[in-house]
Amino acid sequence: MKRKVEVSELIFRIIAYVILIIFAIMCIYPFLYAIGGAFSSAKAIEGDSVVLWPMIENDAGKLVFGFEFKAFAYAATRNQFWISYSNTLFVTILGTVWTLGYSILGAYALSKKRLLGRHGWNFFLVFTMWFSAGVVATFYNYQATGKVFASIAGVDTSLWRQEVDLKWLVVIAMGMNATNIILLRNAFEGVPSEIEEAARIDGATELQVLMNVFIPMSKATIATVALFFGISRWNGYFWAYRIMGTDQKESWPVQVFIRDFISHYTNLTGEYDAEVARGYDVAANGSATSVVYSLVICAIIPILIIYPFIQKYFAKGVNMGGVKE
Amino acid sequence: MFKLKYDDFLIYDEATGTYSMAADQKVRDETERKRWKTTGFTILKDWRLYLMLVPMLFVYICWKYLPLYELVSAFQVGDSSEVAERFWYGFENFKSLLAPTNGVWSSTAMDFWRAFRNTFAIAFYGLLFGFPVPIILALFFNEVRSNLARSVMQVCVYLPKFMSTVVVTSLAIVIFRGGASASNYGVVTKFLVWISGNNPNIVAAAGNNLLFSARYFRALYVITELWEHAGYDSIVFFAAVIAISPTSYEAAQIDGAGKMAQMRYVVIPSILSTVIIMLIMRIGGLLSVSYEKIYLLTPSESFSNYAVADVVSTFANNLQSPRLAGNTPQPLLAVAAEMINNVIGMILVLGANTIARKASNVSLY
Repeated sequence: MKRKVEVSELIFRIIAYVILIIFAIMCIYPFLYAIGGAFSSAKAIEGDSVVLWPMIENDAGKLVFGFEFKAFAYAATRNQFWISYSNTLFVTILGTVWTLGYSILGAYALSKKRLLGRHGWNFFLVFTMWFSAGVVATFYNYQATGKVFASIAGVDTSLWRQEVDLKWLVVIAMGMNATNIILLRNAFEGVPSEIEEAARIDGATELQVLMNVFIPMSKATIATVALFFGISRWNGYFWAYRIMGTDQKESWPVQVFIRDFISHYTNLTGEYDAEVARGYDVAANGSATSVVYSLVICAIIPILIIYPFIQKYFAKGVNMGGVKE
Repeated sequence: MFKLKYDDFLIYDEATGTYSMAADQKVRDETERKRWKTTGFTILKDWRLYLMLVPMLFVYICWKYLPLYELVSAFQVGDSSEVAERFWYGFENFKSLLAPTNGVWSSTAMDFWRAFRNTFAIAFYGLLFGFPVPIILALFFNEVRSNLARSVMQVCVYLPKFMSTVVVTSLAIVIFRGGASASNYGVVTKFLVWISGNNPNIVAAAGNNLLFSARYFRALYVITELWEHAGYDSIVFFAAVIAISPTSYEAAQIDGAGKMAQMRYVVIPSILSTVIIMLIMRIGGLLSVSYEKIYLLTPSESFSNYAVADVVSTFANNLQSPRLAGNTPQPLLAVAAEMINNVIGMILVLGANTIARKASNVSLY
């Protein structure tokens, strides 16, 4: 039966489409603009003629559609860029493996009814979501951790910032997320106990039960949580910058490098440093703003690559988020 | 019928006139004594399970609970960096932040109150606009009948959520940038100046960067927050909306309900419980304004947006490691300032959770 669409419904639907399309365009426009800017020539950037597509000068000096690769080429010649990029890869891969590893083990233990003091352990976890020590206290904690690392490595503890490779501190001590552990715990609680019992009757040990029963049966949640951890690692800026400062540029992740580049090579944030930027040649390398765009694009490409895979899972992940009836 | 008499557990010895314990009672006492042993034994037998907790506990104790120990410095005074070498100071640090010292407001106290007000203001605006927009988006997504069109739009609106704060703030700074003349304006600044018909306020603010002007910072901050989170936050509401049975709509239509009446009598009552729970969660997290973003959007204290943007976390961070050379670090006051903020935050979370439990029998934790 085909129902007659009423006028009010039609109007509502049109409004819905228009607003959604505007919002969707708003959401991706800055990225498209960045791509356009990254391939534009210095003249187009300085005159701000770029609106969406890249612009370069033609032979007559007029701005036309076209591509220029100076900004990417310049980014690729910066050693610090490659160092930072590899640091970010290092932190993301190792950090995700480590965080996901202990989260799965902990969540598995917490999901077991026979665990003594289960409510206590859960409270221990959830309390960290209610109350945090704050930025300053956390900084002192990381400082102390750095000193401990220094004494383990056998160097002077007062030189922790220079002598200790702080990538490791970022990997081990950061990226905790109690919500994700609770997500995993809820998924493990949803696995039917009959399957677990069957495995136990066959003589499986605790670890075998986890590896062969629980992990395969909660693949979707584990994938979601792994991607959440991975993205938060990839995007981490504040704490890496806070503990490394300018003392340890060789451990900077790429986000810190981008911000540093914006601060010192462009005058966008008012920290333009003529001394540092003196060596920068606009004619050869394109506008510094273009380089910023190209760095931003390099930083978001990995996320864009994995984005279609998360897409499938995260609606499910969010709906499970913490709410437990 | 059994009736317990004293001689069930005590045996009277007539020869000496003394009581001794019956065998049963000895067993009972023994069981009591063994209980701890049994508990220990259960843990030992299950050692693999408890071992699995250890790495997580280690990480959480070292880097979530040990920072709490640093909070004692809020109650101390002294120049030493070691807790043990400082002196106890009671609540004096809190007093000097919250109240005038000897009748004079110190600049630190005034800045703290400013930061505190800013935290509330930014959080409040974030809630006021950031909460309804995802619901509206979810209702609109429900109107899109074509699955392909909806998926494409959803891919677009979820995307900003996964971008780093550095990327978001960099792009925001670039597109809202101003300049001496209109040709230096960023693309959105240009658009805003054009659409407002060269509004003198916007033109004046665009002298540096719209984001760095006191007048527009909060509005633009809320807009960037919406841009980042609104699409992703709509997932929960969209799930609630599509869970409504089509028969409810049909019944309403048979009763002659138009679109607005359907919204009023079918959709809103159905998603109300989700809305209330999400609202309570939002209120619980009200004071956790993203310090990373504020930090990146206030590069210098000399910018005019500093007075409206500085929140308690960034204020404390700046107090502990001043960005302007020449300012003395005051780490103990910084810890105290953040502690005030976080205690209020915790009260909000717990209050919100209690209300949620009372209101809907759904406990968030």
